[in-house]
Amino acid sequence: MYASMTRRTFLAKSSLVIAGTVLSSRIEIFNATSLQAAVNTPFKPHAFLEIGADETITVWVGQTNLGQGSHTGIPMVIAEELDAAWETVQVKMALAAEPFKDPVWHTQATGGSTSIRHRWDMLRKVGAAARQMLVEAAAEQWQIPVQQCVAKEGKVLHPDGSSLSYGQLTEVAGKRPVPENPPLKAPQDYTIIGTPRERLDIPDKVMGHTVYGIDFSIDNMCVAVVARPPYYGATPESHDAEAAMAIKGVIEVVDLENSIGVCAETTYAAMQGREALNITWSKASHPDLNDETLDALYQEHLTRPGAVAQNEGDVETAFAAAGQTVEQSYKLPYLSHAQVEPINCTAHVEKERCRIWAPTQGQTVFQLTAAKLTGLPVEKVEVMTLPAGGGFGLRAEPDPLVEAVLLSKSLGRPVKVIWSREDDFAHDYFRPANHSRVQAGLDNSGKVVAWSHKLTAPSVMTRVMHQYVKDGVDPDAVSGVWDMVYSMPNKRVEYVMMDLPIRVGFWRSVGYSSNVFTVESFMDELAHAAGADPVQFRLAHLERGSRPYNVLTHLAERAGWNDPLPEGRARGIALTSCFESTAAHVAEIAVGSGGEITVHKMHCAIDCGTAVYPDAIRAQAEAGVIMGMSVAFYERVRFRDGGVSTANYDEYRLLRMSEVPEIEVHILEDGKKAGGIGEPVVPSVAPSIANAIFAATGVRLRELPFNTDLLH
Amino acid sequence: MVTLQINGIKKEVDVDSETPLLWVLRDNLGITSVKYTCGIAECGICTVLIDGKAVRSCSIPVKDVGASEITTIEGLPDNHPVKVAWIAKQVPQCGYCQPGIMLQTVDFLSRQPNPSDEQINEAMDDLICRCGSHPRMKKAIRMAAEISSKQGG
Repeated sequence: MYASMTRRTFLAKSSLVIAGTVLSSRIEIFNATSLQAAVNTPFKPHAFLEIGADETITVWVGQTNLGQGSHTGIPMVIAEELDAAWETVQVKMALAAEPFKDPVWHTQATGGSTSIRHRWDMLRKVGAAARQMLVEAAAEQWQIPVQQCVAKEGKVLHPDGSSLSYGQLTEVAGKRPVPENPPLKAPQDYTIIGTPRERLDIPDKVMGHTVYGIDFSIDNMCVAVVARPPYYGATPESHDAEAAMAIKGVIEVVDLENSIGVCAETTYAAMQGREALNITWSKASHPDLNDETLDALYQEHLTRPGAVAQNEGDVETAFAAAGQTVEQSYKLPYLSHAQVEPINCTAHVEKERCRIWAPTQGQTVFQLTAAKLTGLPVEKVEVMTLPAGGGFGLRAEPDPLVEAVLLSKSLGRPVKVIWSREDDFAHDYFRPANHSRVQAGLDNSGKVVAWSHKLTAPSVMTRVMHQYVKDGVDPDAVSGVWDMVYSMPNKRVEYVMMDLPIRVGFWRSVGYSSNVFTVESFMDELAHAAGADPVQFRLAHLERGSRPYNVLTHLAERAGWNDPLPEGRARGIALTSCFESTAAHVAEIAVGSGGEITVHKMHCAIDCGTAVYPDAIRAQAEAGVIMGMSVAFYERVRFRDGGVSTANYDEYRLLRMSEVPEIEVHILEDGKKAGGIGEPVVPSVAPSIANAIFAATGVRLRELPFNTDLLH
Repeated sequence: MVTLQINGIKKEVDVDSETPLLWVLRDNLGITSVKYTCGIAECGICTVLIDGKAVRSCSIPVKDVGASEITTIEGLPDNHPVKVAWIAKQVPQCGYCQPGIMLQTVDFLSRQPNPSDEQINEAMDDLICRCGSHPRMKKAIRMAAEISSKQGG
């Protein structure tokens, strides 16, 4: 249990870059242009990796530390192929730079559960190339053939039993060419991947040393809060800047486009200054927008013809021939990210450069946006990513960066913009609400022969990745439907895009987090209509031996699907594949006489191909259950008078300690490349519970959050 | 000028005495382990100990603290049972909420050194952790209680 303490002692002098009080000076050392060059060592074979003469192995990462564990998982992959001694490995956050861009997306961002799966080959090659160079350096020094040298735990071993440490070899190894295609290990030889490791960032987090974005400070910095329109389309008509300036500590009031910034010596003074502005806002552009009118608007959109996202086989003919047709509608609400650390960003705009410190999930977007706002070339914009107090997709949005850059430019000094919790709820980019109508035809053997699915929702991708939106189809909006795990011979998917003033964005598991509820609830309804067991019914629509088939089979067995339950309890199951992994849940619940639901146990099975860091997978799977349950039971953003009415956590209930069930995680590995983790573990939670509720009560809850009044 | 006793050290700060303790700690004294999250005493993430009792620092004006002893996470020794357990059980994900939750745990365990699962649920039910580290918190709380009881015995 004290292993991490030992580790911390070892790395005490060179721990996380941004730990400690010497913050600003430590960050100065690392600038984008020096990434490829040696910093403290002659051996830096890649921007991701440097090995010091003191044996310290530094892995530089470009991925945001959101607590998902990739700041340990990424070093584990590199260390594995490097044959490093794990206790000598440390991790540092790099400035935004070209080598850290996603090799698939060509942008530096942390999302889509991509940190490892998009770099699986790249990370392994970085470690393997360095190992090969070190082994060659030893062979050269010993004047023996390379084949006689073996790398092991930070050393190269001579056949005679002597050895040279990696630190001793840095000088010679650094002069060798970097091999492009070094041989990679066979999975059975792994000694770090797949083993229990303590997360490298946890000791600092427990000790209170971690400096999150909101904690950052630099000399001469001021803090700003911004007054933004309380309703869609509103603009400030008048405000009292003098009253704000009269607050002790307020430095300046700055008019921004459609908003007003108050800069002060302290956060509290800035917040008081904003109060004192006493702004009169113009009317909302859509004063009638509220929960009721939105619902009606969604229902109306569902009657419109949609853009055809998928049309396979002959749906009409199949329906005509079907023995039984089932049709149902489902509704999902707007969701807030509700990440605990409020949105923030620090910027310092100078004549020749601009520096950004932010807990951002979108480094490239931040860099490009700052370059555009300042007129500086991109390479003169430094983006330092700070640890984030949650993110779930929201932190790729550059809104706080725009505010911080404009205010710093105006004041000529560093400015940290902080959003209040109320700002966070009001100006979040919500997960879009989504209504759908699904129809399926079953043949006489109980197999689905036709599936027709129409859904309506605003489009996230139209705003952020419009190049992927073709012929009115946002691929994210229909994800989980057009690529559902089940094979349907005749299938039609239609999407009715909505255009609303509500800001929508990516939220953990993105489109899957919505549509899997619909698909997996409906599959359960179809199983019932076919008189089939929900597991057997699903298996009948999966290819035998496929990953989803195996995950479902394994989970059903491990969760004791066919075992009798105590009186009053019931089980439900749901499944999905996304982000190159497959996950499934079994919920075990009870419904009380008053309709109160108790979730006693959740089983989660996940097959992510290769389980790099099992404990982080387990942590994410536990977290997925909790977030999924929170969504199932409570989460919903509300609207009133043309704006967001949900203001704080007291109106946006999250799951609480007493409601957290026993969670059992089953990790499967089919040996394929490492798949995503953070997102695949969420979507099937809510439908597995809804399906269990049906099994217990015969009542089908087709709307989230659950309306438990229906269970009375 | 307000005088505060923090982690055993006396500090003087020039602030309006109505300022919430949270902002005095963070902005005037640079103790950023105390986190701002909701500002309305709903989430518990800004919790500090005042004379050993968990208090939500966003909602107490600094003038009400008086001569009481304030403890932040830095005020607990590195080998404090709660810190040891939190690392051993690998509790934090993003970690932002953890200092406040750990301090509430310290207060809870001081009153209930050998809690049942139900007592843990009840004592920790008014806290928010968006990442969902709850199962590990529960394990760590039990472990911290065990370490404390061994040390005590």
